[in-house]
Amino acid sequence: MKYFIGIDIGSTCAKTIVMDENKQIVHRLLQPTGWSSVDTAQAIYAKLEEMGINMKEANVVATGYGRISVPYADKCVTEITCHGRGTCFVYGSQDLTVIDIGGQDTKLISVEAGMVKDFIMNDKCSAGTGRFLEVMANTLGLRPEELCQLAAQGSGVSISSMCTVFAESEVISLIGRGEPKQNIAFAVVDSIVKKVASQAGRLTLGKTVCLTGGLCEFDYLCESLGKKLNVTVNTNPDGRYAGAIGAALSAMNVRK
Amino acid sequence: MEYTLPEQFEEFADARKAGFLRVKGLKEQGGKVAGVFCTFTPTEILDAAGFVSVSLCGMSDETIPAAESHLPKNMCPLIKSSYGFALTDKCPYTYFSDLIVGETTCDGKKKMYEMLNDIKPTYILHLPQGYDSDPVTIWTNELRRFIKFLEEKFNVTITDEMLRDAARKRNIQRQTHLKLMELQKQCPPPLGGMQMYATMEGVGFVFTHEERVAKLNALRESVETNADKNQFAGAKRIMVTGCPIGGVLGKTVKAIEASGGVVVCFENCSGIKAAYQMVDTEAEDIVKAIAERYLQIGCSVMTPNKERMKMIPKLVEEYKVDGIVEVDLQACTPYCTETFKVKQLADSLNIPYLAVETDYSQSDSGQLSTRMEAFLEML
Repeated sequence: MKYFIGIDIGSTCAKTIVMDENKQIVHRLLQPTGWSSVDTAQAIYAKLEEMGINMKEANVVATGYGRISVPYADKCVTEITCHGRGTCFVYGSQDLTVIDIGGQDTKLISVEAGMVKDFIMNDKCSAGTGRFLEVMANTLGLRPEELCQLAAQGSGVSISSMCTVFAESEVISLIGRGEPKQNIAFAVVDSIVKKVASQAGRLTLGKTVCLTGGLCEFDYLCESLGKKLNVTVNTNPDGRYAGAIGAALSAMNVRK
Repeated sequence: MEYTLPEQFEEFADARKAGFLRVKGLKEQGGKVAGVFCTFTPTEILDAAGFVSVSLCGMSDETIPAAESHLPKNMCPLIKSSYGFALTDKCPYTYFSDLIVGETTCDGKKKMYEMLNDIKPTYILHLPQGYDSDPVTIWTNELRRFIKFLEEKFNVTITDEMLRDAARKRNIQRQTHLKLMELQKQCPPPLGGMQMYATMEGVGFVFTHEERVAKLNALRESVETNADKNQFAGAKRIMVTGCPIGGVLGKTVKAIEASGGVVVCFENCSGIKAAYQMVDTEAEDIVKAIAERYLQIGCSVMTPNKERMKMIPKLVEEYKVDGIVEVDLQACTPYCTETFKVKQLADSLNIPYLAVETDYSQSDSGQLSTRMEAFLEML
């Protein structure tokens, strides 16, 4: 059996998708990227071999910021193109807008007829990214998913600083003045949503807006984002694999 | 006359030492050096006054920490770098300048010039920033004031005939430079943007008109005969626009060309923008003709910046551009704000457009190259 493998090495997580010739997803792997994407790539290789996949025969496309650290990849494609392609596959639509909140960057991708038409990425700043959420969750002694759940019960507080470092000290002073945790959690999510929404103002949003990346399973975040953008934000359990799925689909076009 | 080198001269790298010795030599032979920053500087007037004009725009982050002891952190890296070079005596051209000439262009430069004047005598030309209030009269008067200042301060005479002669020569330089850049209209283009930019930079530090023209012509001939005409076959044709980019070439132009694109046209200050318009050397009032020429430069300090909005569609067509990449320097309010209008313009031309904001550090080079790569995958 010939396999098509997409590997998305992000700043936080490495996602791997194995597809068969009929575009059926046969395996999904998820692991932390750790400090070395080269080691991560090797670990993925070993794991896939162990699962009985003939890696010499398989077509491999790597994406994500660690894409250049996958020596056995037949091709590298950027995460923008892969997320566009993968999201179309997951949601079964060729015209949509992807919002990908990743570990170190947030991207908005507008896709028309299955092709990336335009995209926006945050400039060198972690505001509105997964890292921002992670740092704030840490400060509050919560896991990111707990923070999002708690945020649903909060209200009335806002964080004005967009900078992760300054926002952290803002959160610390909120803690210091005895603000209930759920209100601070609310402010954190609200800050991410606002930042993403302001980026969205530079792109024409399509009718279908889909959230991908590690935060797409956080219902409250999707809901607030939808409210702010005045659209329905779609999510899917495969959303966090969108980049890897796009890479696996790209692998089908690789000739070896 | 004897000139002394900066105290830390011996610590400098060889190229910098050579630069210092070259300018020192020029001064010892009686040459006068004017440090300039901007495409708006009326070089004809400096030529007529017997000055050699050299660009002082800082392109490296080396002097930024020093500059930040006086300037705010969140400021354009070009301004900080330039000021830092003056503060630390690390730039031969700033160090040996008899005069620095600045214009009231952006706020950052304006305020920096006030402080620069404490290090080196700095003359400010007040540039009108719009088209509704008779800018030609205002700018012509400013140029006359500048002429008078130079005559009095440096004991020279600047006649209309000298200005006309300087303008003719500058026109020839511009046409020669334009001809070189226009080689990139070919499909595929004979040069990469990195190579073309290097030629533009090289000419900036040549001191005489004759040498400059000869060098530009030689470069063009060498490209016509030697360049590998197919090195960029099939590459997507990119126009770069926005701020001066000498300090961020690696992260932008190089990244574009490593991802299957080729920069065929620079709309920026050191590119076409600086060479496109000519002075009407036959005009009755030569000072006014010079003023009119400079007011056609489509810089974002102009409001509204109609010349840039006219130039971009023209260049898209002439250079058969597949995509526009705008490269802006961090905290450049005029250019960063104008990206919104340029995007609308690009949309109306149906040309994909990407804008990035960056500085002289390397911290965002990974992110930028991903963006350039993705942009090219999209084309």
